[in-house]
Amino acid sequence: MAKFFAITIIVIAILSAIPILRHTWEAPEDISTHGALIDEQTSETMAEAGISFLAAQFVLAFFIWKFSNPGPNAKLKNFPGGAKGLVIAAFLVVGIEVLALGIFGAKAWANVYLTAPSADAVPIQVQAQQFAFYFRYPGPDGKFGRLDPAQINDTTENFFGIDANDPAGKDDIVTAEMAIPVNREIHLLMHSIDLGHSFFVPALRIQQDFVPGLDVSLHFTATKVGKYEIVCTQLCGLGHYNMKAYLYVYSQEDFDNWLKKEAALQ
Amino acid sequence: MHDMSAPAVHHHAPPTGFIRKHVFSLDHKVIGKQYYGLALIAAYVGMGLSWMMRIHLAWTDAPIPGLQLLSKTGAPGGVMTPEYYLQLMTMHGTIMVFFVLTTAPFAAFGNFFLPIQVGAEDMPFPHFNMMSFWVTFTAFIVLMASFFVSDGPTLGGWTQYAPLNAVGAVAGPGQGTGVILWMTSIALFCVGQLLGSLNFIPTTLDLRAKGMSLMRLPLSAWAWFITSCMGLTAFAVLMPACILAILDHVAGTSFFVASNLVINGQPIAHSGGSTLLWQHLFWFFGHPEVYIAIVPGIGIVSHILITNMRKPILSHRTLIYSMGALAVLSYMVYGHHMFVSGMNPYSSLAFSFPTLVITIPSTIIVLIATFSLYGSKLRINSASLFALGFISMFVSGGVSGFFLAQPSIDIMLHATYFVVGHFHLVMGVAAMFGIFAGTYFWFPKMTGRMMNETLGKIHFWLSFVGAYCIFMPFHYLGMAGNVRRYSSFPDDFLQPLIPVHRFITVAALITGAAQLIFLYNLIHSRFWGKPAPDNPWEATSLEWSTPTPPPFDNFGGELPVVYHDPYQYGVQSSAGDYVMQTSPEQVKTEHEEK
Repeated sequence: MAKFFAITIIVIAILSAIPILRHTWEAPEDISTHGALIDEQTSETMAEAGISFLAAQFVLAFFIWKFSNPGPNAKLKNFPGGAKGLVIAAFLVVGIEVLALGIFGAKAWANVYLTAPSADAVPIQVQAQQFAFYFRYPGPDGKFGRLDPAQINDTTENFFGIDANDPAGKDDIVTAEMAIPVNREIHLLMHSIDLGHSFFVPALRIQQDFVPGLDVSLHFTATKVGKYEIVCTQLCGLGHYNMKAYLYVYSQEDFDNWLKKEAALQ
Repeated sequence: MHDMSAPAVHHHAPPTGFIRKHVFSLDHKVIGKQYYGLALIAAYVGMGLSWMMRIHLAWTDAPIPGLQLLSKTGAPGGVMTPEYYLQLMTMHGTIMVFFVLTTAPFAAFGNFFLPIQVGAEDMPFPHFNMMSFWVTFTAFIVLMASFFVSDGPTLGGWTQYAPLNAVGAVAGPGQGTGVILWMTSIALFCVGQLLGSLNFIPTTLDLRAKGMSLMRLPLSAWAWFITSCMGLTAFAVLMPACILAILDHVAGTSFFVASNLVINGQPIAHSGGSTLLWQHLFWFFGHPEVYIAIVPGIGIVSHILITNMRKPILSHRTLIYSMGALAVLSYMVYGHHMFVSGMNPYSSLAFSFPTLVITIPSTIIVLIATFSLYGSKLRINSASLFALGFISMFVSGGVSGFFLAQPSIDIMLHATYFVVGHFHLVMGVAAMFGIFAGTYFWFPKMTGRMMNETLGKIHFWLSFVGAYCIFMPFHYLGMAGNVRRYSSFPDDFLQPLIPVHRFITVAALITGAAQLIFLYNLIHSRFWGKPAPDNPWEATSLEWSTPTPPPFDNFGGELPVVYHDPYQYGVQSSAGDYVMQTSPEQVKTEHEEK
């Protein structure tokens, strides 16, 4: 029974590793400038976690195979070096490993969160609510109109509650889908009008929660034209699973045309 | 062996009335069994809910026979609505985390065995102990009651994030009465666990028998002691948080609700609260809770493995320090649940490092447990199989923590099935394996009867392979971006993953069915199992020196005297290859901790 158990552990460990090695299920292709660092960090962590996983399972299986139900004459032995060697190994190997992961990972994080958007980044406001995203572009004047929650009105499609008395809001463009120009930095200004939501675009390597009562800012650059999905990852009620929007990454020219078309529809 | 050359103390007569003996009992052993019974019921309810969730995820439009009986509106014609999925999911998580993973390894086994292992007649505050169980039981009833209110239980998940938890029914079904019942239940649960912790700590510190120095305590006793210290601080934070959330509902306060919210077209009257405050309070409890669930498992499994290895662990002291390090660090890492929550991004880096550092004591625990097997005479039985399975699961669930400890990677993996796979393996399955190991090991002492080993082994094989088939693919789904807490997967990029969900569902149904074998074994053995000898595993700690099952005051009116370390195996004594802690026999040992 013990030997069978040892084999089972090894078979499970190998079978678990195969889909990882064969890249059977992977994140969608990265289309961001910052995503490569995250992917690299994930691969390095996978290598270290994978080796730790396989080594631990193999050693466990080997010891179960070797030391279970020995004959009556078997002698007890202790692992050479005892606990001291293992503790030192844990500190040196795992300690250095995690320190390295932490330091390199900090760089990938800093790239997204600890840098300011450039002055010419395209500003887009995104509003989350049960169970939709709405997007607002500042229009030709480059300024967002003031918001007044009391003026939110779904029937007049004033989803943001743009203050009718603020001239800066007259040319604002509100859409239910998001379009951005390729290779231009986007400055996303996020707010929620009701509950916690999240903005997750796997292809963009971006995930950020909306916090009711807080304006959250994020910036990124998409590098590939195409259609991608934006989904909510923060449980927000019964329609959470269906809260989604599409992100269109256009060439600058197509983006300008799209913006014009949307402006005409306002 | 009943060698208790001990100072005689007055003998306590057991209660004779049914109510005092079996219902409102002051006996820590009865209370331990009551906790075990509660955890058992909760575990099967929780598992039943997971079955329904899994069927719905794999075949979204398929009717589940009989589900309409549970809720006509939640499952018209047996087909689960999205909101009912979330309600069942919330109840599954809450029941499992609180009423199974906290109550079984800590409150149930701890209550029964901590006083015996330290050599005490009972806990110092038996009335508090009784209250602890009955308050916890009431908490369970209050939670179950939410199934029967008009719009059902809350759908907010076991984490109950704000402001969904505080704005009332306008946010969705179950968010009014359902949330209030949830918050009341968990606040009561916290009271129950605080009362329990208040008993565990002085039991360990003040009621130890003569000769029972701290380093002579078995690892399981250390684990319960460390867990009770965590419980005392963690539950003390969650309880007021729940009360504040109730006040937001019923007293018009705004602790967790920000200004100017408009929900479902309706302006919300609250103003000035903080959404993130709930997350800080919840996770300050929530991360230590992970260790409250797993540290008793580490102690129980070590205790069982040492007995079955027939030799002491490589370093008793290092394992205790490592469990202590887990407890201390568990308070410094909670922010890793909040990397993308909108808190200051510098805080994420600050929380990332202690999270990575916590892998060091975890690694030490795994290395010591594994390398202690070297050169042992390992006995294979149901208890040791589950204990070995615990190590395998703890490693598998633990290594995925490397990813989630790093904010940059968390951007991709947060709120995906990767997280679900991680915590199910490391604190769900591993902790359950600790509970199963403890059950097969201690059942003879608790009931006076042996469990069926063949059924135990069948249960082990199906559970071990089944758990991997369920939870390893969760990681793959998460890496492909599969978001959790979705009642179905309409997104384009999730469509190709549905076959994986179907595989998991089939595995979950089979593995769940295997748990019925355990239930049968438990009930059948309780009444018809072979009578158990006092020390069936040839173990050394104090619980094995009492009659089976132990009498009302544990040691028959005498307190034991302890002469040895807890794990003196591999020696030559009159009993065999071990010497019991209570035996005055002098044997040649490598080392005594004192």
